[in-house]
Amino acid sequence: MKSDIILAGVGGQGILSIAAVIGFAALNRKFNLKQSEVHGMSQRGGDVQSNLRISDEEIFSDLIPKGTADVIISVEPMESLRYMPWLSDSGWLVTNSKAFENIPDYPDIDLIYKEIKKIPNHIIIDADSIASEMKSRKSSNMVVLGAAIPYLPMEWTDFETGIRMLFGRKGEEIVQMNINALKAGLKHSKT
Amino acid sequence: MEKMLLLGDEALAQAALDAGLSGCYAYPGTPSTEIMEYIQNSREAAKRDVHRRWSTNEKTAMEAALGMSYAGKRALVCMKHVGLNVAADAFINSAITGVNGGLVVTVADDPSMHSSQNEQDSRFYGKFAMIPVFEPSNQQEVYDMTRDAFDMSEKYMVPVMMRITTRMAHSRAGVKRKAVREMNSLKLPGDMKQFILLPSIAKNRYKGLIASQEHFIEEAEKMGYNRIINGKDNKLGIIACGLANNYLNESMRELRLDYPVLKITQYPLPVDMIRSFVEQNEEIMVLEEGYPIVEESLTGILRSEKKIHGRLNGSLPRDGELNTEFVSAALDNNQPDEKELSSIVANRPPALCPGCGHTDVYLALNKAMEKYGKGRVFSDIGCYTLGALPPLNAIDTCVDMGASVTMAVGASDAGLVPSVSVIGDSTFTHSGMTGLLDAVNKNSPICLIISDNSTTAMTGGQDSAGMGSIEDICKGLGVDPEHLRVIIPLRKNHEINTKVIEEELEYKGLSVIIARRECVQQAVKIKKINAKVAEKT
Repeated sequence: MKSDIILAGVGGQGILSIAAVIGFAALNRKFNLKQSEVHGMSQRGGDVQSNLRISDEEIFSDLIPKGTADVIISVEPMESLRYMPWLSDSGWLVTNSKAFENIPDYPDIDLIYKEIKKIPNHIIIDADSIASEMKSRKSSNMVVLGAAIPYLPMEWTDFETGIRMLFGRKGEEIVQMNINALKAGLKHSKT
Repeated sequence: MEKMLLLGDEALAQAALDAGLSGCYAYPGTPSTEIMEYIQNSREAAKRDVHRRWSTNEKTAMEAALGMSYAGKRALVCMKHVGLNVAADAFINSAITGVNGGLVVTVADDPSMHSSQNEQDSRFYGKFAMIPVFEPSNQQEVYDMTRDAFDMSEKYMVPVMMRITTRMAHSRAGVKRKAVREMNSLKLPGDMKQFILLPSIAKNRYKGLIASQEHFIEEAEKMGYNRIINGKDNKLGIIACGLANNYLNESMRELRLDYPVLKITQYPLPVDMIRSFVEQNEEIMVLEEGYPIVEESLTGILRSEKKIHGRLNGSLPRDGELNTEFVSAALDNNQPDEKELSSIVANRPPALCPGCGHTDVYLALNKAMEKYGKGRVFSDIGCYTLGALPPLNAIDTCVDMGASVTMAVGASDAGLVPSVSVIGDSTFTHSGMTGLLDAVNKNSPICLIISDNSTTAMTGGQDSAGMGSIEDICKGLGVDPEHLRVIIPLRKNHEINTKVIEEELEYKGLSVIIARRECVQQAVKIKKINAKVAEKT
């Protein structure tokens, strides 16, 4: 078993929290894990990504080679396309539909959706709206992660544990809010 | 002990703490920042009162660490690769003085320049200083080697370098800790002349360092980190350094190749091991993250008879970070074509945050500079370097920490009057103050704008050494109080700020404008902290 995951977004959108929850979930299963993060200049509103590699075998490289990623999880639609050269032919792309427009030449959003729909295995989820309805706008990243759960090699309970490990210090209310967000995302994928 | 999930930076910090560290010294710089931050957040470090405050720059950090070593205790100094240029004087000489307590110099290189101005390879500095260097290939090795580096430093009484790169610094994996060692107690050097580098003493110390080289090589041969991994196909023998081993292992597994590998993670190079490895294989490939240092030392000027593949002969790219794809292409020409990136994906470069004070500084400066035209604004290293990008297009240079001040001085010497310098508060105290003294002494016709957001923002909001005392520093250096102005860079002050800059540009001498407004990211952090405190009380 190996699962190579690329997390994509814009600096400040919280992809490192997604990475942490997946990481804790993988550790809960006693899988091997390597997770490469972007710190520094790009965190100022630039494109950011994290490479997460999970396996029951030894993992060598911190980076996922092109054409081999099993899942791309993106909190921004155009950013999901940036990592297309890494996605394997059978891989899944799960992305938030809400654009983050901080550049003057942001492309027409419908063109972006059209490109995404060319990928056989894709899920587009309006995570921002779902999170807003639940009155927890900040957990839209967990909604996106929830939608990706069916394509990841861990079970629901592992992710629940992951959320507890990451948000536990912030109190039960925050934990529940994030678990609910995760659930809402998963429900979207299953229907 | 349970495995901990740690960044390379964090594994290094944890290892240093477990090795009985008494002090960490550093100036923030990507990708090294998280080492000090981990120690600052460590409860164990707090309990043992390990020194963990930021230094003003890498040179002061290096010297303070050497001072702690002089006093017999174990010290760690951390910096990004270009920081070692700043610390180089102290660093090179620390190899001559040698150490008393263990001293480990950690340098985080940034191949591919993710957040840097160059991709210099610190292994060169290690060779230059003639000290042992470790280059770990995974997070567990980071931990183990850091502990060994302290022991080796005390065994041979030399500083030892840990060289990591961005990918190692910022990648997480499971790490197993070992038992915690006690801190050293206070103890003066056995030879009280050791640290006095008068020529007569330095000559002897240097001979001692030269004599140690054979021991360093012997350690590299025998310690076990450098080793040969046998392979069935000896048409090619691969010498892989540090992280390159991971890309190689992945590539060989994928391509089902079985070449012998010489894994190099410790320097100086194990000469005998390399010679016998080269003899046993028909051709040689060298994989290294950074400059082709090992490759050059193999090929030299007199070409060897064996074919050597690497960055120099074009088998691998001459610059930039390695990855599995590059290694696979070097091993096998028949690699599949890459999928193309959709043409509608636009670049998304980093930008100043919405509401950032630097933006207001640049809007006012751009307006004030209209009558002088382009090409007069010298800037520096920090968030405000992003003012070079559209739509602001406000600055013309970014070279090294502090260069904005002195390049403006030099340009004004050449007749480019007025010249403007834009620097942040942390960069100013790091390396701008001395340049300002040059400008004061000549009364250079430059306008220095210190864009003071009261933090070291680009690396994530660390302390700024001159917080609350920038005016006093300028006055103390001799800046005329009449031409020391303070403005608040807010949109509503645009006109008045523009006028202040215009006035000082008219002045044919040195002026300093401090534009002070708190970093917006810091403001959010402080608001959160205040809310938490209010909740508790």
